[in-house]
Amino acid sequence: MDSQTLAAQTAETPHGHEGEHPPFLRHHFESVPQQREAATFGMWLFLLTEIMFFGGLFCAYLIYRNWYYPAFVAGSHTLHIWAGTTNTTVLIISSFTMAMGVHAAETRMRKSLVTWCILTIILGCAFLGIKAYEWHDEWVEQHVPGLNFSPESFLHGSEAYPDDKLPLDMAEKTQVYYSLYFAMTGMHALHMIIGVSLLTLLVIRAYGGAYTTGHVNPVENFGLYWHFVDIVWIFLFPLLYLISRHQ
Amino acid sequence: MSTIVTLPDQSTATLPRVSYLNKEYGLKSWLLTGDHKRIAMLYLISITFFFFIGGAMAGLIRMELLTPVSDLLAADTYNKVFSAHGIIMVFFFLVPSVPATVGNFCIPIMVGAKDLAFPKINLLSWYLYIAAGILMICCLAFGGVDTGWTFTTPLSTHYLNTHVITAGLAVFIAGFSSIFTGLNFIVTIHRMRAPGMTWFRLPLFVWSHYAASILMVLGTPVLAITLVLIVLERLIGIGVFDPAKGGDPLLFQHLFWFYSHPAVYIMILPGMGVISEVISTFSRKRVFGYTAVAFSSVAIAVFGFFVWAHHMFIMGISNYSALVFSLLTMLVAVPSAIKVFNWSATLYKGSITFETPMLYAFGFLGLFTIGGLTGVFLGTLGMDIHLTETYFIVAHFHFVMVGGMLMAYLAGVHFWWPKMTGRMYPEGVSKLAAVITFVGFILTFFPQFILGYLGMPRRYAAYPPEFQVLNVFSSAGASVLGVGYLLPLLYLTWSLKYGKIAGPNPWQATGLEWQIQSPPLTENFAETPIVTHEAYDYEWLESTKGSEVPTVG
Repeated sequence: MDSQTLAAQTAETPHGHEGEHPPFLRHHFESVPQQREAATFGMWLFLLTEIMFFGGLFCAYLIYRNWYYPAFVAGSHTLHIWAGTTNTTVLIISSFTMAMGVHAAETRMRKSLVTWCILTIILGCAFLGIKAYEWHDEWVEQHVPGLNFSPESFLHGSEAYPDDKLPLDMAEKTQVYYSLYFAMTGMHALHMIIGVSLLTLLVIRAYGGAYTTGHVNPVENFGLYWHFVDIVWIFLFPLLYLISRHQ
Repeated sequence: MSTIVTLPDQSTATLPRVSYLNKEYGLKSWLLTGDHKRIAMLYLISITFFFFIGGAMAGLIRMELLTPVSDLLAADTYNKVFSAHGIIMVFFFLVPSVPATVGNFCIPIMVGAKDLAFPKINLLSWYLYIAAGILMICCLAFGGVDTGWTFTTPLSTHYLNTHVITAGLAVFIAGFSSIFTGLNFIVTIHRMRAPGMTWFRLPLFVWSHYAASILMVLGTPVLAITLVLIVLERLIGIGVFDPAKGGDPLLFQHLFWFYSHPAVYIMILPGMGVISEVISTFSRKRVFGYTAVAFSSVAIAVFGFFVWAHHMFIMGISNYSALVFSLLTMLVAVPSAIKVFNWSATLYKGSITFETPMLYAFGFLGLFTIGGLTGVFLGTLGMDIHLTETYFIVAHFHFVMVGGMLMAYLAGVHFWWPKMTGRMYPEGVSKLAAVITFVGFILTFFPQFILGYLGMPRRYAAYPPEFQVLNVFSSAGASVLGVGYLLPLLYLTWSLKYGKIAGPNPWQATGLEWQIQSPPLTENFAETPIVTHEAYDYEWLESTKGSEVPTVG
């Protein structure tokens, strides 16, 4: 059935000449492989810019963690490790479903592509939901620098970590930790929101059969983006949640 | 080997019947175009607009500095005016100037492609530029921003109640426009070259844009995240740069200059590419040391990433890192010098003619060399402490950016104008404009070297009366310079309708773009060219004369 649709598509091509001119080949490319290589290369370059974008934040994290070590340890202890772990799992599974989506596009299975993409959207939204819950919790705990920060909870130690008794000036420095925490997870969540929105558009077009006739590029490139956002989280999770668990 | 080339007789030239300019009509065909040449034109118009806004700001600054007291502008207005001048000129003129106009127009043709790899992203980049521009205009209309173009913290985050967020977002968006341009260029140069167009057959213009694109792609995102942090700090008060919360303003400086130092190479490298083309064409010689010039562009791009802290010598960075950055700064002078020497060697025994682009290119050579050498003064630690934050700095970077880049931009616009529009500009008045620009420039900025050396600080509306004579010289020069910039605007616009018809190759240049009709077809080439000759091969050009004029109409 799939090969039949493909044949039908080719026959309908407005470019009458030569016959082997698939409709998705843009006019300025010589061939489909050239278009595909250019698109993939462009995507990797874009991901490189994203690495530099997050790189600034990771650099700041590195410096301030060295400066305000106790504050970073105490700040890290307040995060919900179960939420972080769940979110990591959710994201890794979503990367799997996305990879399956790309596979479905490559093997030209329209329904399965749509299904895998919708699953990815659901998992992405689940991630954002859990993240929003965490942020709300930090708001309640008065850990949001600039809006409602109070160093109170770091002065006397918590139940789980009774040793987290910081002097007042160091307790104030946890604001740097939370600034970075919100900036990093916020920027990551923004990328997730952009990702989910793009994926929604992609699903609509995939439903119409746009990507299952050999034009895999958009799905493949979106997959790269999704995995990249996933990998950023794979770095954020240990740096923000795990690194000071046993101190 | 005969090197003297007679330029073709333009009186017999005719405009091609079909070109990218008249393929489609109507506003929509321009605003929704994917054609790199049309997008280049859109950029040319919008960049010129911002150039004259930034120029008007410069005019206000120079008028204020005519007298020692702050009389024309109040001190805080003066701050807003020089901030607007800086932001507009850096982010809305210099960064996109050559790449987004001449580069956008020429690079696909030079590599033998029909378009850039991603035409829609190219158009998106123009729309982002316009969105950023509108935000910036809004920022000015609502009362402006007075941080200077550097958004220095904690000044920008804590002590000002001007429109820092609007300006910051404008620059953020303009940054993405620049990222997309750079990304498009890199992919195009890698993946879209015509058969036979090897890396070492590429014109040096393409090499320098490749190097600048690397900087755009790697540097600009760091500026983006820095601005995001500034905006968040102002908006909700997070503390990454706020000392009261444990943050460090010095980190802001590191992140900002990690982009903004490479940014000066983003600004100058495309200009160097223009100069390579112009000097080769009007000396009728292959650029001397092609490989060295090509690799020096890449070397500038690489070294450019490791010198940013020379903007911070007096900001309390460690002496050891200052030492290292000072040495690295001097190292970056080497590839720039390689270029200047190679251009000079290209001129040697060439058949030089003095067309307008060549006059601008000569202006570039002299002024850029002065600007570059004073950069080495400033890279020296002891000198820097004396000279930094004075007019010496102002003179230095204006020599590089205005004397260098703006000259190169005008050289490029004049050089490719016949290709872009199919018509010539009036030769006499354009030569006059080139000379006026040069004289006006020297008169404006040379006194500032002396002023800075004598200790006049930058960024103040008032100054001690003994500095007045030199400031009057400078302001007088600025008015001459203003005339020098208005003239091209007038006669280039005039030439659109009344200019002589140029013909495909009025300069007898060797680039692929000169072998097709002017203005080109929408898809540039009637059929994909096969490249069999090296860049700047004037003998090849001679051998093709009379036999091959590929036009389709």
